[in-house]
Order: sequence, then structure tokens, then C-alpha cells
Amino acid sequence: MSTRPIPAWSLPSGAAPAIEGPWREALTREWAIGGSRGAVDVCIVDSGIEAGHPLVGHLASARAVVRGEDGSVAIVDDELGDVVGHGTACAGIVRSIAPDCRLHSVRVLGSGNTGAGDLILAGLRHAIEAGHRVINLSLSTTKRRFAEELHELADDAYFKGTVIVASAHNLPVDSYPWRFASVISVGSHEQPDPLVWFANPEPPVEVFARGVDVDVAWLGGATLRCTGNSFAAPHVAAISALVLAKHPELTPYQVKTVLRLTASNTEGAG
Amino acid sequence: MSQERGEAAAAGVLGGDEETYRALLQSIVDVARAIFGAEASSIFLYDEDADELVFEAVSGQGGDALVGTRFPSSTGIAGFALVTRQPLVVDDLSNDPRFSRERAASTGYVPNSIVASPLLHDERTLGVLSVLDHADDRPFGVAELELLSRFSTQAAIGLDLLLRARRARSALAGDGSAALVARVASLLDDADGDEGLRLLEALERLLASRRA
Repeated sequence: MSTRPIPAWSLPSGAAPAIEGPWREALTREWAIGGSRGAVDVCIVDSGIEAGHPLVGHLASARAVVRGEDGSVAIVDDELGDVVGHGTACAGIVRSIAPDCRLHSVRVLGSGNTGAGDLILAGLRHAIEAGHRVINLSLSTTKRRFAEELHELADDAYFKGTVIVASAHNLPVDSYPWRFASVISVGSHEQPDPLVWFANPEPPVEVFARGVDVDVAWLGGATLRCTGNSFAAPHVAAISALVLAKHPELTPYQVKTVLRLTASNTEGAG
Repeated sequence: MSQERGEAAAAGVLGGDEETYRALLQSIVDVARAIFGAEASSIFLYDEDADELVFEAVSGQGGDALVGTRFPSSTGIAGFALVTRQPLVVDDLSNDPRFSRERAASTGYVPNSIVASPLLHDERTLGVLSVLDHADDRPFGVAELELLSRFSTQAAIGLDLLLRARRARSALAGDGSAALVARVASLLDDADGDEGLRLLEALERLLASRRA
């Protein structure tokens, strides 16, 4: 049985609180991210991050979700860093666009774990409870039994003010959480500009960002040129950080709206 | 009919024939290599117990010598695709000394670019399909990524069939009821006349009447 509080289904007449916002002004990209350096907490839930990589810099925190011998799941300080390279690649992209962000790592992928759904769930839950403003998930699970709980977590994040950015899957299988409406799902476009993004009028992919020939941070302080939706999502995570650093009062719904209205294929891009 | 042939025949009925599915996987990497104009293409099986990727089918550079070779599941670009369940392209692998050294040691071939896609079937990640290096040195792009993703559906089904055949073969070679059926099937095939068959039909009627 759910332990969630019962929501208020009704509102006394005239009791609706005023919602402040600059909505009468024209919504432009300059308003959304102009001058912002993304000084908010951004969490990469992935394969860990190589701290100190020239393209990544300092990590505000690094945790790992591990499975004990009895099968239980625990969250510990991450002593290992990144053995795959994927999380480091995502972190470097975020840092390149939002240089002042506070980067956090939650390792859920890696040696001995090819993406067990329960570890991803535990890592995501930890990131949400930590109150990070943006979470990047360049991964997904195909395990249907985890979908419902993942959906609840994504909704919790949405209502608590955490923006979850998830890379879309282009294989014909059901995978999660990128299909959920409470996250921002991201596919790739081919343009080289990291600040070009497009709103997609045909969801579930909602945003297309740079994902082709991206020079990403790679293990051992190196770089690699990569293509894939995995690398498009961190662009949108970073742009969301820029928006939230400048407008911390915005909700995930509003961030998604701002991304849509200031996309390169809408009028607010100018 | 030998015991082995009996098992193979029963496996053919229960789970398909391994050799046929191996030929299917080989055909997929051969076609992928031809369509991409690539130097090589491989299908890796994910061995969950060992947490390793195993070369199951190889076309081009490395060839048959690589089949059966293993490496840790979370390393290299194939591991990248496996752990994240996301397809990707990497274009300047030879610039990465760590990757080059590892690959050179294990395969004798150092590619410059790779497209890799996870092989997802139902809820499981069965392995990875990869294509290495355009023959004319052109970089891979989104078109190749999408094309390989389509191929990966076919490869995942082929790999699933191969795994089913192996499980059936393994069950038939053991001590369980499936193995007993295989032994009886091989004896039936060897026996003259149809006494054995009539005996089995009587057994079937008896079991059915008990169940009714």
C-alpha cells in the first residue's frame, strides 16, 4: 500500500495562491540562460566519474550503489571511480556547458552489473532524496517489473523540483524511464553546436540535442569522439542547469516549457 | 542412431539446431559487414555468470580465430553499449592508447572507428553487435547507428535461438526427463518394427486418462 500523503483533490473557492512568474515578458533564450554558468547540483547516475579529468574537474560527491553478498543493495562512498567511461563522458559534456555546476556521481553501472534495474532504482532514489536539481540518466532498463517503481520515482522527482533528463532509446524495445512524461527525453541531432536544441512535436522524444561527433572525456584523462543519444542527454541536463541557476524558482514542468519555447526551432531561440 | 545424434534430433525439435543458428549469426555479421562496407563485424554473447563478452560470430578482420575469445563485459566500446543498453558510434579509437593496447592484445586488430548496439530481446540484454571501420576510412554517423540498430533486432533473435538450442542440448545431455526422452527417441529410431511406437502410444493414452 502506498504511504504517500493523500493529495488535496479540491480547493476552496478563491483560495488558489498566486503563482509568481515573468510570464508576461517575452520568453527568450537570453532570458532563459543568458549569462548563466549553471551553478546548481547536477547528478550523473551512470558508471561513475573519473574525478580530476581535465574536462570534468572537481566532483562535489561520488557514491556507488553496490550489492552485498546477501543480495541487498547499499549506497557507499565510491572508491572506484569509472571503469566503463560512460559516466565520465556524460560529466565532461555537462561541465563544458555548465562550468559552475556542482557535479555529483552515483555509480549504478559497471563491472559485474550491466544495468540491474534495482541498482538503477536505488541510485535514482538516492539522487532524488539528495535534492539535486538535475539528474542525467543516459541509460535505461528493459525490466518491466521495475517500470512501475521507476515511474513513481520519476513522478516524485517531478513534484519535488528535480529535473530528470533521460536519453531516448532508438531500438524497438520497451525501456524506461525515458518514455515517462515526468522526465525530459532526449534524442540526437547532427549539428555541432552544443547550444542548438530542437523541440520535438512528436513525443515521446521531447528534445533533440547535440549527439553526433561529440568529443567526450574518456578514461585516463583522454578524449574520444562519440555519437549516440547517451551524449545528447547531458547537453540538455546542462542546459537545464543553466536555466535553473538563473531561475531557481522554476519547476521541472516550467523548465521543460522553457526548453520548448526557447528551442532552436521555436521563436524564443532568437 | 548414436546417443549424440539422438540428442541432436530431440534438440532440433525442442530448441532448434545450434549449427543452424550459428550460421544465422554468421550470415548477419557477413551481411552487416557488406552493407556497411566495413572491415569487420562481430556478435558478442554476454555470459552473465562469468560477466564476460564472448565472440560468437566474426566476419572480416580476426575471423574464426576470434570465436570463443572472451573479455570483461564492462570494458571497451562493446561493454559501453552493453552496460548502458544504448547504441553508439566511436570514431577515433586509435587515439586512445588504453583501448588500442587492450584490443591489440586480445584480437590482433586495432580499429579506428566502431558502431556498437546492444542486443536486447524481451527484457534481457543478450550481447552486442558491432561493425568496425569503413573500408574507405569514412567516419560512421547517425545513419549507420540507426541501420545497425535495426540489424541488432535480427541478431538478438538469432542469439536468443542459439541460447535456447544450447539449453535444450544441455538438458537433453543431462539426467533429467528431457534426456530420457532423447534416449528413448534414439532407440525408437534404431528399432525395427513399430512395437516401441505402439508402447509409447499406450503410455500416452494411460497418462491422458489419468489426467482426465
